[in-house]
This record gives sequence, C-alpha cells and structure tokens, in this order.
Amino acid sequence: MVGGLLLAFTAITVALSYVDFGARKANIAVAMLVATLKAGMVAAIFMHLAAEKRLIYRILIFTGFFVLGLFWLIFLAWYDYPIFR
Amino acid sequence: MEIPYTVSTRPDTGLWNAKVGIWLFLASEVMLFGGLFSAYIFLRLDAPPGMWPHGLLNVPVGTMNTAILIMSSVTVVLAWAALKMRRYRAYWWYMLATILCGVIFLAVKLVYEWPQKFDHFGAYIKPDAFAKYEQYLGNEHAAAKGLPPRLEITGHLHNRAALTDPNIKEYEVYLDPVNADPTNPAMDRPHFFYIPPTHKLATIEKDDVERATMFLPTHSAYFASYFTITGLHGMHVLGGVLVFIYMWLPVSKKLYQRNPEHLANRVEVAGLFWHFVDLIWIFVFPLFYLL
Repeated sequence: MVGGLLLAFTAITVALSYVDFGARKANIAVAMLVATLKAGMVAAIFMHLAAEKRLIYRILIFTGFFVLGLFWLIFLAWYDYPIFR
Repeated sequence: MEIPYTVSTRPDTGLWNAKVGIWLFLASEVMLFGGLFSAYIFLRLDAPPGMWPHGLLNVPVGTMNTAILIMSSVTVVLAWAALKMRRYRAYWWYMLATILCGVIFLAVKLVYEWPQKFDHFGAYIKPDAFAKYEQYLGNEHAAAKGLPPRLEITGHLHNRAALTDPNIKEYEVYLDPVNADPTNPAMDRPHFFYIPPTHKLATIEKDDVERATMFLPTHSAYFASYFTITGLHGMHVLGGVLVFIYMWLPVSKKLYQRNPEHLANRVEVAGLFWHFVDLIWIFVFPLFYLL
C-alpha cells in the first residue's frame, strides 16, 4: 500500500518536472516537497519511526540539529566572496 | 559467551542493542550524505548562468531504478513480516526478490548509465568564439526565449584520438539534437526520452574550446557531484545486497532454527539500512535527473 503510494509519488515527481511553474526555483521547491513527503513516508512506516522508543527519537533529534547546521554553513559562506549570481 | 540483548530488550534503553547500533550508524550516514548534499547545493548556487547542465541523464531509466528501489524496500518489509510469522519459505522468496532488485539497480547503473556518460562528449566554447558557433549554440534564440545561455556543444565524439593527440587541431562531433537544431522550440526544454546524437557532424577547433572532456567527473561540477553521490550510494546498495545475500543463504537458516527472533531482528536492522539507502535515492533522483 505504502509502496504503491511511493511509486505514484515518483510518477508525480517526474510529471511535475515537465510542468513549468514559472521559475526553476518553484520547480525545485515542488520536487523537494514531494521528495520530503516520500522520505517521511519511508521513515515513518518502513522504518517504524511512527512508533519508536524514546532513545531513537533522541538520536534523531541530535542528528537533525547537526545536519541542519551543516546546511546552514552554506548560507554563512554565501556572503563570503562575490561570484556570479 | 553469548552476545547480550540480541533479542531481549536492555532495561535501560528499552531496546535490543542492534537497533540502537543501527540508528547511531544511520545518524552518522546522515552526516556523510548531508555533507555531500550541502556541497551539491553550494556548487549549484554558485554556478554561473548556463553552467549547470540539464537533461543530460536518462529520465525513464532513472525512474525505473527509483521504482525498483522502492519495490525492494517493500519486499524487505514483507520478508521481515514473514519471519515474524515464522514462514521461512515466504521469507526466502521475498529476500531473493530484494537481492535481485538491488542487483538490477546496480547493473543498470554500472552497465548502462555510467558507460553511456563516459561515451558522451562535451566542449565548452570560449566566449569570444560564441558567434562562430552560433549555428550550433543558438544563443540568440535562447536569449529571446529567456533561457539560460548555451555554453557547450555536446554529442558523440567522432575522432576520439583528438582528446589525447595534440597534432589533431579539431574535434569532430556528431551533435546532440539541441546543438543540431538549436532554434527548434522543441529543444528549449529537456526531453523525457533520451534522444541519441544526430548524424549532423560539426567541426570544433581546439583553439575555440575552453575545455573539452567526455562526461566524466572532470567535465563539470555537475558531473563531479553526480558521480560522487551516485557512486557512494551505489556502494551502499552493494553493501546492502551482500548482507542480504548472507541472510538469504543456508547459513542463516541455522540461526532461524536455533532462534528465529534473532534472525528477524537482523533482517529488521538490515532493512532499516536498506530503507535509508532508498530514502537517499528519493532525493538523488529529482536533484540530478529532473531539476
């Protein structure tokens, strides 16, 4: 069931990438939104995260914090040197 | 001595040990791939207009591989559920299906997708030679349509020796459709199906070329990140397949007869890893193939 949904979402992602949302940024946002939804489904159902012990949530909160920090570093570097844009 | 808490739960964590172990490992994996993905974002944000290629990968094949990986995630769950119900036969078949999915995924990558890239050629034209190659680049058309500038001519390299022989002064390229017919509106956006290079031959002088390579990691930041991330992902798929093969072989039946719950837990942990690899691909696929 979840597998079917995931396959359907894959088809949707492919189809949407051929729809012009006005700007490439909008297309990227839509595709990443669908991908995050799919990833959430995999994590919640296949990986049983919907109902898991507290220790595992703690590990994941810790990880989430640091991985967001990692992405945040890009924005720190963003103003460091002028390039094209 | 027996390894403790393979099946029974440890009182202080409320979990059997391998479960905690795999989640700690996956946490470190998130950081590994997170670093590569943030490098991807950084490179892409800083790419000058026209320098981030689009539509170079085969979308139907990528979609098929995505579907294969998702289905293998489903079969792992089914294999685990079969073990929980003590149906070894069903477990064996679901496991075999999973292994086959993983092998097909890797085969498509290594036998078809990557070699096809290694066999494709691209030449970035020097800006002062744009006018000379306007018939292939179609930059006036692109500018009028508000499309990013076209800096590269791609296709099948007819005289491969030109890559290494300094005495050959030009590249002879069978053009990709977009360069063969650059003002055709049908070429404005990437196509769903792969269209092979045309029979139209173009001669590009080496003096007019900024850099020219096959589609290798050296080609561009795009292909460098593509090969790094899909390569690392592929190695994860390979690792998962090897572990699944071990759990599928008769050795594991002995464990099943001795302690079926232990094998079920092993499958669950390997499955968690497998779902994580699937999850990574869910992001890799749109980022590299579609956007």
